[in-house]
Amino acid sequence: MSETTRKVLIVDDEPNIVTALEFLLKRSGYDVRLAANGAEALEQVETYRPDVVLMDVMMPIKSGFEVCQRMRERPDLAQIKIVMLSAKGSEAEVSKGLSLGADLYITKPFSTQELVSTINRLFEPGGTPSQ
Amino acid sequence: MRFLRGVWLWVLIACGGVLLVLATGALLLYLATDTERRPILSALASESAPLLSFGTTILLVVAGMAAHWLFRRYPHAARQLAEQSRSVLAAEHGFRVAAADAPELADVASAINQLADAYHRVEQDLDQRSADARARVEEERDRFAALMSELSQGVLVCNADGRILLYNSRAAALLAPFVGSAPRGDYKPLGLGRSVLALLDRNQVAHALDLIQQQLDHVDRPHARFVVSVANGALLRVQVAPFLGAEGLVAGMVFTFDDVSGMVGREAQRLRLLQSLATGTRAPAANLRAAAENLAGYPDMPADQRKQFVEIAVAESRILTDRLNTALREYADALKGSLTLDDMRAVDLLAVVQRRISDVLQLPTSIEEADSELWLRVDSYAIVQAMTFLAARLAGDYPIHGFQLRASSGGGFAEVDLIWTGAIVSSEALSLWEGEPMRIGAEETPLSLRDVLERHGAEAWLQVDKIRQISRFRFLLPRGEAAAALAYKTSTAESRPEFYDFDLFDRIDTAGALAERKLSELSYTIFDTETTGLEPSAGDEIISMGAVRIVNGRLLKQEVFEQLVNPRRSISRESVAVHGIEARQLLNEPPIEQVLPRFHRFCEDTVLVAHNAAFDMRFLELKEAAADVHFGQPVLDTLLLSAVVHPSLDNHDLDTIAERVGVRVIGRHTALGDALVTAEVFLRLLPLLAERGIVTLAQALEASRASYLARLQY
Repeated sequence: MSETTRKVLIVDDEPNIVTALEFLLKRSGYDVRLAANGAEALEQVETYRPDVVLMDVMMPIKSGFEVCQRMRERPDLAQIKIVMLSAKGSEAEVSKGLSLGADLYITKPFSTQELVSTINRLFEPGGTPSQ
Repeated sequence: MRFLRGVWLWVLIACGGVLLVLATGALLLYLATDTERRPILSALASESAPLLSFGTTILLVVAGMAAHWLFRRYPHAARQLAEQSRSVLAAEHGFRVAAADAPELADVASAINQLADAYHRVEQDLDQRSADARARVEEERDRFAALMSELSQGVLVCNADGRILLYNSRAAALLAPFVGSAPRGDYKPLGLGRSVLALLDRNQVAHALDLIQQQLDHVDRPHARFVVSVANGALLRVQVAPFLGAEGLVAGMVFTFDDVSGMVGREAQRLRLLQSLATGTRAPAANLRAAAENLAGYPDMPADQRKQFVEIAVAESRILTDRLNTALREYADALKGSLTLDDMRAVDLLAVVQRRISDVLQLPTSIEEADSELWLRVDSYAIVQAMTFLAARLAGDYPIHGFQLRASSGGGFAEVDLIWTGAIVSSEALSLWEGEPMRIGAEETPLSLRDVLERHGAEAWLQVDKIRQISRFRFLLPRGEAAAALAYKTSTAESRPEFYDFDLFDRIDTAGALAERKLSELSYTIFDTETTGLEPSAGDEIISMGAVRIVNGRLLKQEVFEQLVNPRRSISRESVAVHGIEARQLLNEPPIEQVLPRFHRFCEDTVLVAHNAAFDMRFLELKEAAADVHFGQPVLDTLLLSAVVHPSLDNHDLDTIAERVGVRVIGRHTALGDALVTAEVFLRLLPLLAERGIVTLAQALEASRASYLARLQY
């Protein structure tokens, strides 16, 4: 484990995947907070200042794209890595996510183990791993 | 002769008259004299007889000359005037009657000349007007032909008998019997005067016509649609609509064609995706569920059993994930396309958007950058609506003074941007607009921007450069292919295609009675062969066939038959010297058994024409059995017809006749080149035959036969 514990914000309106990801990331040594929609996510980002936001695209109130765009408009949030999760995963959508400033775009279904190791690699020097 | 007969009659009558007057005078003098004095009178008469005879002769001569003079001056001059007047009617402009001597007739002559002047003025005026009208019609035809050839849809028009009157180059490309040089399936040539039923599935067309017939009375625009596969393997969507003639009867049909092969392919792909998802995921889902339910239902199961089920669940969920990903990757294209999407150039789309935004919003709009090689696959109407709607919404709520448009390729997609400077728009506003029905002025569609994007498998978002104050609304649209839309362009020849012939409207199909039909009305296939040598019966073979058609007196240079043939034997050196084709060049060409049936179709319902036809026909006849075809139609020979027209000349080889009748010879000694020269020669021979009273096929065949016998005797 690194000397300072990395903070992860999981944003998804599907509790099953949230439960699994929370369990796994905690076991991997991350500090984890949860948000159920885009609006909550933006509040949490202000107060919690996570290192990574793990966020679904399709959500009520504010979509993942909007949250991503809002965050990237703020220079003080530029350090936060954004990983988008999507069930749709069309090429155009992936392209849009990356254009709006996401660091990674991962299509559901995915292996939870691989997701965690991908997040780990985000913090390696020089590393924005491809998915 | 006529003058002499006329003048003698007049002289005789005058002299007779003079004699009658003198005789009557003498008789009256004699009767008026007393009886006793009559002897004195007689004596006086006989005494002065020489004087009396002389006087009478003088009188007779004077009367005769007067009669001659009068005849020349009046009746003869009148007759000449009549003849000259007739010549004025018949002759070219400028001929006028000569002035007569008699003043009365001179008046008539000048009146006739005045009439003639007026008549010729009217005639010239009429000529001018009809020339103008002809030029206008010609111009309209040209314009029409150009328009037809530019259409992206295939169009074909036929008369009520199904004979083709018109087709455009797109139709020719779509209905081409094969793609490239390799024939596929049944060979069905497209051509003016041919039957449309030979090109399309007869049953489908008949069904469409039935449907139209039923709609005729009560439907405003009767039409029928069907999808049909054609000889080249393409799938066409066909729309048929009738057009009515003068008496409200169906005069013909207009067929329009769209190639839907690709679209149908995408539909099929979608179906396969669904099937693949259904069958591929069912088993792992069942296994996963069984394992999970066992784990949940029996918490007290032994540890090794438990481990086994967990492993099953992990393995099956992996399989499920993999299958899903594979299926979605393989059929990614199927999720993009839709039946209404067309390939178009991005530049063209932007030009329409530019005009639309400028017109509707009265805001200056420019195209900042557009890659001319970038093609989109879009419902252009929907995209133009979407971009105009966005521009209207932006300009309505924010102070925006103009837009720029841009299109470039971004990986597998096309990036199309609507750009403006100044006003910063919130992304909330945009996500609101995305869901609204698009309204532009009074125009409203139930579709929202989101609907349009979904139909295209596209995405759109706002990008803001706050420092430079530049915002762009980016559309990520699917890219199209240039090939599909361009393929038919290349087949358009530089010259205006001779793809229409409206005179065929009036043609009555009387194929049975060819012999009595006029040569000028018949359809011909003019063909030529190149061979391995000159002796068909000694095993020489055809190595190349070329043919062209004449329909309604017009040489159709666009509808040709040209095929090399593998002779499966060597070619004599003399023959190679003539045509320059070596046997090894023909190894990959089809054998004559495959080529002949296609040629048979090409020349169906036409009279065959060749130069020295007996030679070519002998080659064909020897292969009829092997190819299972029979050439039963009449055959004309330009060599014999030339001999009919110029019986006193000896040389009738193709080059000589061509020169004689004024045909420029180009591309000789290829089968198609020779066929073309023969065809032009044949067309020039037709009027020369007509001068000799040879106008029907039967007459031409009979004259050829006689000329052949005559040549044999020499």
